Amino acid sequence: MKLFWAFVRKEFYHIFRDKQTLLILFGLPIALIMIFGYVVSNEIKDVKIAIFDQSKDGTTQKITNKILSSGYFILDMDIDNANEIEAVFKKGKVRELVIFEPDFEHKLNKNGIANIQIIADASDANTANLVVNYTKAIIYNYLSELNINKKLPLQIKPQVRMIYNEELKSSYMFVPGTMALILMLVSAIMTSISIAREKELGTMEVLLVSPLKPFIIILGKVTPYVVLSFINTITIILLGYFVFGVPVKGSILLLIGECMLFILMALSLGILISTISKTQETAMFVSMFALLLPTILLSGFIFPIKNMPDILQWLSYIVPPRYFITIIKNIMLKGTGILFVWKETLILFGMMSFFILLSVRKFKIRLE
Amino acid sequence: MRTILYILQKEFIQIFRNKMMLPIIFIVPIIQLVVLVYAATLEMQDIDTYIVDKDQTTTSRELINKFRGSPFFKIQESSFSMKDANDALEENRADIIINIPSGFERKLFKENQSELQLLINAINGTAAGLTNVYATFVILDFNKNIIAENINIIPLVQTKQINVSSSFWYNPELNYKIYMLPGILVILITIIGMFLTALNLVREKEMETIEQINVTPIKKYQFIIGKLLPFLIIALFELAFGLTIGKILFDIPMVGNMFLLFGFATIYLFAVLGLGLFISTASSSQQQVMFIAFFFMITFIMMSGIFTPIESMPEWAQTVNIINPFAYFMKVNRMILLKGSDFFDLKTEFISMTVYAVAALSLAVWKYRKVA
Repeated sequence: MKLFWAFVRKEFYHIFRDKQTLLILFGLPIALIMIFGYVVSNEIKDVKIAIFDQSKDGTTQKITNKILSSGYFILDMDIDNANEIEAVFKKGKVRELVIFEPDFEHKLNKNGIANIQIIADASDANTANLVVNYTKAIIYNYLSELNINKKLPLQIKPQVRMIYNEELKSSYMFVPGTMALILMLVSAIMTSISIAREKELGTMEVLLVSPLKPFIIILGKVTPYVVLSFINTITIILLGYFVFGVPVKGSILLLIGECMLFILMALSLGILISTISKTQETAMFVSMFALLLPTILLSGFIFPIKNMPDILQWLSYIVPPRYFITIIKNIMLKGTGILFVWKETLILFGMMSFFILLSVRKFKIRLE
Repeated sequence: MRTILYILQKEFIQIFRNKMMLPIIFIVPIIQLVVLVYAATLEMQDIDTYIVDKDQTTTSRELINKFRGSPFFKIQESSFSMKDANDALEENRADIIINIPSGFERKLFKENQSELQLLINAINGTAAGLTNVYATFVILDFNKNIIAENINIIPLVQTKQINVSSSFWYNPELNYKIYMLPGILVILITIIGMFLTALNLVREKEMETIEQINVTPIKKYQFIIGKLLPFLIIALFELAFGLTIGKILFDIPMVGNMFLLFGFATIYLFAVLGLGLFISTASSSQQQVMFIAFFFMITFIMMSGIFTPIESMPEWAQTVNIINPFAYFMKVNRMILLKGSDFFDLKTEFISMTVYAVAALSLAVWKYRKVA
């Protein structure tokens, strides 16, 4: 036991000696949470648009003002010739063009109907769709103001309630997601690299011939990362709560327990990766491609799994963060207990056991 | 010149000697490309729907049929109990509950107005917003039909109308994949290029083989070029490979000039590989390099506009993006491929990137010391 603690101390020295890495290790969760919180949001604002007003009357002016005062759009330029449209889009700044037909006001008052055409740069399909829908909503809104005094027949009014997240905060998505990402990064990737490092530098052989048992060596290597991951978990939960108002509705103990389970699972995955890679470079690329990108894209962190093609949905079943994120959301946002997440917990536990078993079989204790 | 060639030869031998690196460099990124492009979609489908119809009239049933016919909604369960419905929402079996209260039809025809409730699981705010929009469209559409069917029993009201028609240029089907592919390709070639370069140099340090090179008459710039070119070539090859895959599998448009694209890619790679070299000259172990590179990569990728438009980001983030190489290539790659922008449209980007490349390379050469 004394040997073990001495070994753990050595590992801590290794980590604390390297100030740069340490800074990043603790800075990363904070930076990521801030980026997701303040930079990457699906809200659109200040989108540059152009206006081609062929009528230039009071009504078109009013509609233009409505669009520009919404906060979503800013006017980049006015166009007065249809030939300019193509060039405007190719420059890449303008995302939408609103065209009023000639004699707009006159037609609206006399015939009761007038036309607006919207052209959007759909090379970014998602934004284009949002931008067009927002513009349409503004115009229809103006229209209903015009028609306000007329009583419409047979109206069905949907009353919408957004459950669990009334203000549609995006923090409810990115806080659990970032947690999975950071824990994966620190636990799995750091562990795999640090073990591969001993192999690459040849110091693993020194350790293997020492009186330390291989089991103790591995345990000693991962212990500091358990501590680091744990600190990061707490940091993220606190940041989420105090800065972005993400509640912890369920039991905190259960939440921490689940986090520990995920950390252990990630560590065993890291050990497995290190047993199959000879160099740090290999370990890193395997971790990066097999862990990092799937954690971001196949776990339901940013994109809902349900919208993906079937094959990817099946693939997502073997991505551990998928279960972790579900558990975390249930506990933090819905306040459900273990009864609602026992299945996911069991799967994570199974994965952990599987990785440990496989690593034990693969781990070479002999010199080559 | 001969010296550089020898260094190049040595580097290539070293890269391809590690049998595990070959698939990592060439096969894995392509699998990633295919998988990620399919995964990164915001198109909604099969929204799990729970129906609570306490009205049980022709109108309510017709409305439910309307939802059944919509490609966005998939009716999973129905019952008369809101409690069961809430449980389904809690257990993730439902995304939306449609609650039609009893007396819905009667109220509609008697009072000219009737309500129903939509309860949406809003943990994913974006998806919930879209679910709301689609549900509202289905109801609005149904509402129009009801009015049209009963046109003879209701008073005619003259209203003003504005027709808004919309067209989507460059991508009329709103195919999200052709937008994501160029973006993910940028990330992949950067990861490959930057990490390989950065790790390569620092490994020589860690293994202490760099001291052997330092005592040779190789000049600083020759050494840096020798460390840079192999990965530049690999990254460019990766780009060509990725574009071919994109063309075959996703039929991405390639409207613009390919020489222009590869020209920009070369400048871009000089910049990011130079950055990689700089990081590695400033670090002492591979672990350090990886973590610093990781940190900048994740930050830069998220801010580059791959998922969300840059102009919607706060002012300070846009300022930071001036030094974010991803943001430039992300934009240029998409503009050349999808819109066919030419050199004059991209003048500023070309100039900025060139300045960037020169700066990064000078930093790397300056920081690299031929001492033990």
